[in-house]
Amino acid sequence: MGSASVLDRLFERGRGGGAGFATPSQWTLRGRVERREAYSRPEAPATLEEQTAAPNGAASGREAGTSSGSSRPRRRGGRPSTGPRGGAKRRVQHPWWFALPALAVFAAFFLVPNVLNFFYPFTNWSAFHSSISFAGLSNFRTIAHDGSLQLALRTTLEYAVGVAIFQNGFGLILALLLEKDTRFNRFFRAVFFLPVLLSALAVGYVFQALLNQDGAVNALLSDLTGTHVDIAWLGSTTWTLVLLTVIHGWKWMGLAMLVYLAGLKSIPGDVTEAAALDGAGAWRAFWAIRFPMLAPALTFNVTTALIGSMNTFDIVQATTKGGPADSTQVFNIYMFRIFGEGLYAQASAMSLVLFAVVVVIAIPVILGMRRRERVLL
Amino acid sequence: MRVLSYRTLRPALVVAMALVFIGVPLWLVLVTSAKPQGEAIKPNLALPRHWQPGTNYRGTFDQGQMLRGFVNSVLVVVPSVVLVLLLGAGAAWVFARRSGRLVSAAYALSISGLLLPPAVITIVMELRQLGLANTRPGMIAVYTGMYLSTAIFFMTGFIRTLPYELEEAARIDGAGSWKVFTRIVLPLLRPVIATATIMVMLFAWSDVFYAFFVLGGGADATLPLNLYQVASAALYLNNWHLIFAYVALMSLPMVAVFVIAQRRIIAGITSGAVK
Repeated sequence: MGSASVLDRLFERGRGGGAGFATPSQWTLRGRVERREAYSRPEAPATLEEQTAAPNGAASGREAGTSSGSSRPRRRGGRPSTGPRGGAKRRVQHPWWFALPALAVFAAFFLVPNVLNFFYPFTNWSAFHSSISFAGLSNFRTIAHDGSLQLALRTTLEYAVGVAIFQNGFGLILALLLEKDTRFNRFFRAVFFLPVLLSALAVGYVFQALLNQDGAVNALLSDLTGTHVDIAWLGSTTWTLVLLTVIHGWKWMGLAMLVYLAGLKSIPGDVTEAAALDGAGAWRAFWAIRFPMLAPALTFNVTTALIGSMNTFDIVQATTKGGPADSTQVFNIYMFRIFGEGLYAQASAMSLVLFAVVVVIAIPVILGMRRRERVLL
Repeated sequence: MRVLSYRTLRPALVVAMALVFIGVPLWLVLVTSAKPQGEAIKPNLALPRHWQPGTNYRGTFDQGQMLRGFVNSVLVVVPSVVLVLLLGAGAAWVFARRSGRLVSAAYALSISGLLLPPAVITIVMELRQLGLANTRPGMIAVYTGMYLSTAIFFMTGFIRTLPYELEEAARIDGAGSWKVFTRIVLPLLRPVIATATIMVMLFAWSDVFYAFFVLGGGADATLPLNLYQVASAALYLNNWHLIFAYVALMSLPMVAVFVIAQRRIIAGITSGAVK
């Protein structure tokens, strides 16, 4: 929102400035008049506009100051006015030291380890050496040569895509089924939220008991069909990974459902009414009107799904431990195993690869979705 | 006609889905937790022929160290949540109310933990050097660092929507920064504190991955770590009866929290998500 409005203004200024010398079109003229009005407006309503640009307050303030051409002093930062004693005083009112404890803890236990993670992968740090010395790229060479790097990369990405699909799919279906705010629906929303409250490790054990070759699902299928069913649900090198993403989606579908419900609720009623008047059926109205308006909810859910699945461990460990034949060995499973073997630097190298994957793949996807969402709405 | 049929079918569909997708796993946990080991080796949905819930649930306390695990979990999760909320609120207040390039940079840096993965291997290295490896304070510090970003992100967004006049009125009445923060800002943050609490609890209470690295086994093991040990204790003879008694008991606190604070949790999650 913030950066969009700044961009809009910049864009408008560019056109308006050029038009000042050339023939001014009606459009730019109107833009200028509006701007003039904005500055002559009393302070209070003008701040509303500023407030929406709060994250980029400083930038927008400076930009507006140069573009207006008026000599009226503008405070940086776009906060509601406090009269003449504004700026300098405000600074003291929110002293930095309120933020320092948080910054210190975050730096010490999140940022510093991540910085160290750019150093230790290039050493021979392990349980077998008493000292740590520089080892160049040997750790990366090892994990690339034995194939575990490519395997972890592929498995984790497939896992992430699967989770994004299933978590969103299940959540959206549940939200649509339970959309109306009735007592019946509220009860079942709570029921479908239950898996979110369970620990992922517990969920993994439940599904291992269900899907084992002599587990509950095969027993149930045997009873229903009258024949002996023994499908190795957790023993397929292709389908077990997919099944794990379904389980992960199942665990978090309640959260996705709540987010979609909130999204559905925020759609103004007259929009769907207008669609109905125009003769759109429920199906058409959903895909043409309501689904596009769920973009923020979709972005949030895809974000949590991607981040959650990049850091997945519990469900995989409890069901397959990375097997069969390493076909479900995601990054964290590999790190856990190799760290247990005492090869710390090698585990750290894999951790750095995971960091790179998140920065290169997950974050651009998320930012791209956010940008798209702005265009849509 | 089609609308009518959907209208009548929907409740039946919802109930059927709930039975299959939630009922079956839940039923499996409960019946298996009441079976003797011999019956539970091949887990199925049948009722136990021989009921022994008492023995199994007692087993989670003797063999599974349920009570110690519970205390350990509380001693790690509660301080983490409190620290995340307090430190996060202070930072969010500054980030929301001040402006300038430095503030933007600090804000961007502190919410980077929303997306970036924690570097778990080097965290262990650092904790060893600080003498915090395998200790509760170490675990608390790691959880706090991991979830501060979430709290700061939600809270900063929320404080920006609060009217500034409230703080100003307190200033005019002579309140200092500390007083404004504790008397005005913190109470106003209540809805978002509920959200942040439940988010942090959801993750920290059930986390096993980071606990593995930081706490290891040992006397400080949390509930999920204990569960893992119970499950790994019998490699050749699956002790599903104990595992599921453990799962049922271990999940109770979170379910209780949810039942008590259901409305606030749902409102909090949904209001925070769709910005």
